[in-house]
Amino acid sequence: MGALIQYTLQGLAAGGFYALAALGLAVIFGVLGVVNFSHGACYMLGAVGTALLLNELGIGFWAALVIIPVVMFAFGVFIERALVHWLVGLDPLYNFLLTFGLTLVLVDLVKRRYGVSGMPYEPPALLAGRIEVAGVSLSTYQVFAATFSLVVCVLVWLAITRTRVGMIVRAATEDAERTRALGINVGRWVTPVFGFGIALAGLAGVLAAPFRAVTADMGSNFIIILFAVVVIGGLGSIMGAVVAGFLVGLVEAYGQAYVPALSQVLIFVLMAAVILVRPAGLFGREDTA
Amino acid sequence: MSTDELTRAQHVDLPAEPVRFAERPLVRAAMLLVGLVVVVALPWLIYPPVAMDILAWGLFAISVDLLLGFTGLLSFGHAAFWGASAYATGLVAIHSGLPFPLAVIAGVVVAMLLAVPTGYLAVRRAGIYFAMVTLAFAQMLYFVANQWRSVTGGEDGLQGIQKSFFGLTSIETDPFYFYYAAAPIVLIGVAIAWRVVHSPFGRVLVAVRDNPARARALGYDVDRYKVMAFVISAGVAGLAGGVFAASHGFASLQELSWTTSGKVVLITVLGGIGTFWGGPIGAGVVVLLEDRMASSGFNGVGIVTGTIFIVIVLLFRHGIWGTARDLIARAAAARRRRR
Repeated sequence: MGALIQYTLQGLAAGGFYALAALGLAVIFGVLGVVNFSHGACYMLGAVGTALLLNELGIGFWAALVIIPVVMFAFGVFIERALVHWLVGLDPLYNFLLTFGLTLVLVDLVKRRYGVSGMPYEPPALLAGRIEVAGVSLSTYQVFAATFSLVVCVLVWLAITRTRVGMIVRAATEDAERTRALGINVGRWVTPVFGFGIALAGLAGVLAAPFRAVTADMGSNFIIILFAVVVIGGLGSIMGAVVAGFLVGLVEAYGQAYVPALSQVLIFVLMAAVILVRPAGLFGREDTA
Repeated sequence: MSTDELTRAQHVDLPAEPVRFAERPLVRAAMLLVGLVVVVALPWLIYPPVAMDILAWGLFAISVDLLLGFTGLLSFGHAAFWGASAYATGLVAIHSGLPFPLAVIAGVVVAMLLAVPTGYLAVRRAGIYFAMVTLAFAQMLYFVANQWRSVTGGEDGLQGIQKSFFGLTSIETDPFYFYYAAAPIVLIGVAIAWRVVHSPFGRVLVAVRDNPARARALGYDVDRYKVMAFVISAGVAGLAGGVFAASHGFASLQELSWTTSGKVVLITVLGGIGTFWGGPIGAGVVVLLEDRMASSGFNGVGIVTGTIFIVIVLLFRHGIWGTARDLIARAAAARRRRR
């Protein structure tokens, strides 16, 4: 029983990274119609940046939790203005290819500068130990990561459903032309939304830094799993991204615990099953296919 | 900025159709001859294994263009078929000692069998989802190959694939002669792909690409055509992958990784989507460029290839062959106006 709880926690912690990053992917897709291949690279940049802040400048985890998303937001704004912007209105596959090229560049730049080996990262003292919950010993960091991601997901969900900006974003996702006809400047929100999505990927990277090996390649597997997440959840569905993110995290953790040989394949089996039963994804609508 | 166009299904913007001049039998024959001369002369001009790589990647790119340019489907997981065939070819060659062309055929069969379920699932989603689903399935195969050490050798890859060829030792040991034994196999693959594109079946695929709803209304089972195109394309990719594995004498996990899927899409887009012959031209550019970078010890290949990708997609969407076609079409139109 104790083991099961530990695996569940591990799954929720890993699922938190997937949910946060998938949320960013879904928001960007919703408003810009862009599938951002470089999302995995941005997650990697977030983690590498966190490690560099500590190792080079002595800036700790808590500050990184604020600094990195802000920096990644700026980076996202730059990428949108400099590159993505020019292809809006064309077939989405062009931006898919563009961001794929960007991924190659970013990963190899980091490799050239910092090598391929992992960067050490120690979680802050407060989160380093283990805590006893109902007789089960759990990693404090995993409890924190799972809770923190969940809280951020809920906050983003509230922002999207309860605020005026969120309403505009949802309306623009639904029908940009009609939203404009109602006197709302949709174009104004495109760049910030892209930056916001990238910031979420960066935030997932910060959370992953003490938990996963920080390397230039850490994003390359991540992005594929992320695609499986959004196919399972239904791309463009905010709720779908979050639920599927945690679901995939759990499947991965249970897989590693009980069928280690098949752990990585299980996620794709789940994806195949979802495509068979509900092609549009668990929370997707058929017409978005 | 306009975002209203985004949610609608759109199409890849394709270069101009070939001008009538290029469709004349004599011109066609002349161009074919030039192509054949280049294929024959290649191992004299460059290091023969690199020449073989260009042919294999060129055919691989044609298989991707068959889907992307002629059926309107972006497969971002074609490494699955290239890699599966590389492993199957290697396993057959190692365990049976059959001549390599027969081993390659086994690889093609495996690639096509694998494409049936993958294609069936992937065509349930169109557009960008198709790319993500194929990518995910290719990655699944990568993990399987990684885990299944006893058969695939895991991270070490499959070593020691011999190029058995009816006891002709010069072909079996010298890459220069091997090239001439393997090139006809690649050319058969090109001929099959060309035949498919220019057949009535190929016209239906173009109809599916341009207007799936109308194709369906005309009584074509759109999904079935897509799956068939996918399986044929996988077979062509498998032929290329098998030859590649035989040429190198090993199959590694690299063959199944998504960077390989990305590289072949890059080659296709660089050559020109929907141009068919763009693939081999793009392959020549990319393979030679990577070879130069590797021999000069530059360890940031991704920076260069990634930048090429970005530049093509931003400024040069019709690719090399497509841009050439556009220029010729424009010149022909200008001449007609003057008359």
